[in-house]
Amino acid sequence: MNRYMIRKIKDRIMVSLAYLALIIALIPLVSILIETATRGIPAINLSFLTERIPPLGQPGGGIGPAIQGTLIVVGIASIIGVPIGVFSGIYLAEFRETKLASATRFLTDVLTNMPSIVIGIFGWILIVTVIGWSVIAGAVALAVMMIPIVTRTTEEAMKLVPVTIREAALALGIPRWKTTITVVLSSAKKGIATGILLAIARISGETAPLLLTILGSRFWFGGFTEPTAALPLAIFNFSQSPYSAIDWPRAWGASMVLILMILGINVAVRYFTRGKYG
Amino acid sequence: MENRTKFPHFLSSLRSKFRIFSKKRLSGDLSFKIFAALIACNVFAVLGLMLYKIIQESWLSVRMYGLGFLWGTTWQPVPPNPSMLPSFGALPPIWGTLVTSAIALLLGVPISIGIGLALSEFAPKRFGFIVSFLVELLAAIPSVIYGLWGIFVLIPFLQHNVYPSLQATLGFLPIFQGTIRGPSVLTGGIVLAIMILPTVSAITRDVFAAVPRSQREAVIALGATRWETSKVVMSYGRSGVIGAIILGLGRAVGETMAITMVVGNSFNMFDSLFDPGYTLASIIANEFTEASSPPVYISALMEVGLVLFVLALVINTLARLIIWRTSKMKVRAEVV
Repeated sequence: MNRYMIRKIKDRIMVSLAYLALIIALIPLVSILIETATRGIPAINLSFLTERIPPLGQPGGGIGPAIQGTLIVVGIASIIGVPIGVFSGIYLAEFRETKLASATRFLTDVLTNMPSIVIGIFGWILIVTVIGWSVIAGAVALAVMMIPIVTRTTEEAMKLVPVTIREAALALGIPRWKTTITVVLSSAKKGIATGILLAIARISGETAPLLLTILGSRFWFGGFTEPTAALPLAIFNFSQSPYSAIDWPRAWGASMVLILMILGINVAVRYFTRGKYG
Repeated sequence: MENRTKFPHFLSSLRSKFRIFSKKRLSGDLSFKIFAALIACNVFAVLGLMLYKIIQESWLSVRMYGLGFLWGTTWQPVPPNPSMLPSFGALPPIWGTLVTSAIALLLGVPISIGIGLALSEFAPKRFGFIVSFLVELLAAIPSVIYGLWGIFVLIPFLQHNVYPSLQATLGFLPIFQGTIRGPSVLTGGIVLAIMILPTVSAITRDVFAAVPRSQREAVIALGATRWETSKVVMSYGRSGVIGAIILGLGRAVGETMAITMVVGNSFNMFDSLFDPGYTLASIIANEFTEASSPPVYISALMEVGLVLFVLALVINTLARLIIWRTSKMKVRAEVV
């Protein structure tokens, strides 16, 4: 066998290995989706989605308060996080050369990668030690996770707006801040909405920060300063239950609901923005 | 009032005609800049407050155990003998974090580099787009669902089909000896490896895609095969890949929920990878809500959080510096 053949065989082997790596990476994804669907869908029905959470091991009931709790906590987190994130992103995109902007960008990236349990600790110290386990504490923790994501995606979306559009507005005598808020922001709104949705999808599945802030409960929402239920916490609690026949299917059912919410947002966002950010 | 009337009339009419020069407009821009800057400063406030508060809460434990906290190996919130003080040392969870992260990198990095090469060098564009999307979906799946899948799907599979044969072939190594347990350090490492794949492979792909065409064309012109070309691509993007790996390490170190559910949660200095263990994140998640008394117990858990905070800060700073310095490519925030 000559040298050329050896090189050719080596090439084939290495390229196949690269494709093999792709396949290996997709196995967990496919497995998670299939297992969640096959084990979760049988558990889901109308009463599962709307009824109160029963004590562990007790048949009947559902995950209604958990769905409600997740919607409320994520909703408040978004109300806090979206404006702050968007304005920070505007600053980074509009004044990108300043020293403050580079420092902010850097710290924003560091905060994006902060372990979620550390964010949970922060929420606990800041709010739970003052007013107790509460919806507010959970929302603040999730907002802290959300802000850096929204900031960076807003910045990227605003940078994509052609400079000619900005110049046209400035040439009409519109002051710079008004140009930014009306013209640039509205040209970038699709990208910003994408970022916000992806951030919402990301925080909806967070468990560790909620564990230290909203604590979890079996009951319907009882006020902003009370503990509440949430889907990820419900999944965790059901999975730790010793009553395998009753509670484990519930964990899968709740997972299915959560996955549908999150992947639904992701797939929809990618579908509507395909080719643009891919 | 007198001053006002002294103001030349033609100037004030000019001012109203070319309003761009007016003071009001300028201050509008300036105040907008200041307003946006103040909001953008939220990260300074959040990170600063976070550090300050965590140090404040862990101060009791820092004062009681000093630096010895980092290499202590006992964890006794309630000592067996009432005359003894509770004692805390964080070496076992630090050790668990190091080992699980090392396993994650060992398994995850080669696969991620393979994915990066396949997507940027070998695969056709359209196919690559779809697969990139699927790999990124892996990042969208919540950590708690990885944990659930780990408990009920991965662990039974590994425990019955993989670990026995692993022990049969590599059992002469001390790390593969002892009783095989499903929830163990090795399982934790494997789950982490899966979870860092999307991060590391997405950045690796972007780094490879940013390598200039001329580099490839030069070696192709010399008659290189695809693999030989990609070796050049890899060496050109080397530091970007290192940045990606460190970022992956940051993710592995900080991952909480999935690892808490599969790592076994046991406070010990394990020798075998089949033993259950703890990580810095999982000990907090597992014990925090039950840690009501004594006060130093919570403070010790806070100090574990402080160690994790500092570790994450150092790792992410390093990764960002490397990635930023080596390439101007955009790392999309939603992936990383």
